[in-house]
Amino acid sequence: MTPLQLVFLLTAALTLVAAFRVVTTRNLVHAALWLVVTLFGVAVLFVLLNAPFLAVVQVVVYIGAIAVLFIFAIMLTRREMRDQGAQLNKGWWAAALVSLLTFGGLFWLTRSWDGFTRTAAPLPTGQDTLSALGKALVSPDAFVLPFEIASVLLLAALVGAVYVAYREK
Amino acid sequence: MLLQYIAIAILIFLSTALAGLVIVLGELFGPRVKTNVKSMPYESGMTPIGPGTRRMPVRFYLIAMLFILFDIEIIFLLPWAVVFRKLGVFGLVEMLIFILILLVGYLYAWKKGALEWE
Repeated sequence: MTPLQLVFLLTAALTLVAAFRVVTTRNLVHAALWLVVTLFGVAVLFVLLNAPFLAVVQVVVYIGAIAVLFIFAIMLTRREMRDQGAQLNKGWWAAALVSLLTFGGLFWLTRSWDGFTRTAAPLPTGQDTLSALGKALVSPDAFVLPFEIASVLLLAALVGAVYVAYREK
Repeated sequence: MLLQYIAIAILIFLSTALAGLVIVLGELFGPRVKTNVKSMPYESGMTPIGPGTRRMPVRFYLIAMLFILFDIEIIFLLPWAVVFRKLGVFGLVEMLIFILILLVGYLYAWKKGALEWE
């Protein structure tokens, strides 16, 4: 086993365990913290896929901002930080059945696809993906229009957030 | 390729190990005498009033939301900043338009008083 495989397997296992804990833990704040672990595992997977910029985005945006927003939202909405109700309701077996059928169907559909066993194409070494992205963001024959539209989207989100959440005295 | 990240891995390992070590040492050597007074939430020496888990003011949520939006702006700035000398005036103008559009939102939040804490 190469070191790369070892790191991948450890990260994947940690990510899966953390993702499982997110939905099973009783304490919502703990669930949010497990979510941080899950997101961090995904960041490591991005690194393993030779996408360091995405890994940075994952840490800065998802862990640094969105997980913090989740934690604030939990503290805002839960008077008691602990959920007292049951975690399963009466329809749990139906949900399990549907999940199982979906999984079985997808498995059956993809069993002839050779992507699981085929050796993947080597990743682009991508020394300079970041500057390529920077150039693509502002060059007219690439993403300059989506880039500017993204700023309008962010503006709408900003104004909307202030309008909805802020009440003037 | 992984060797580039060895410093980050060492940092993660050391910080986790140090945090774990501090907890274990505290468990091993710290004296534990539990009394009712000691297990009370600390509130500057006085007897605490009301429930310990109070609702946070909604303002924290608003600040976190504004933080996300400007965080994403930074994410757009980063790849641009790496190559901005090569992009010339055109790239600079593009980024200025991007920032100016977001500045409108910033001014709106400012004027509405969303950035005030009072």
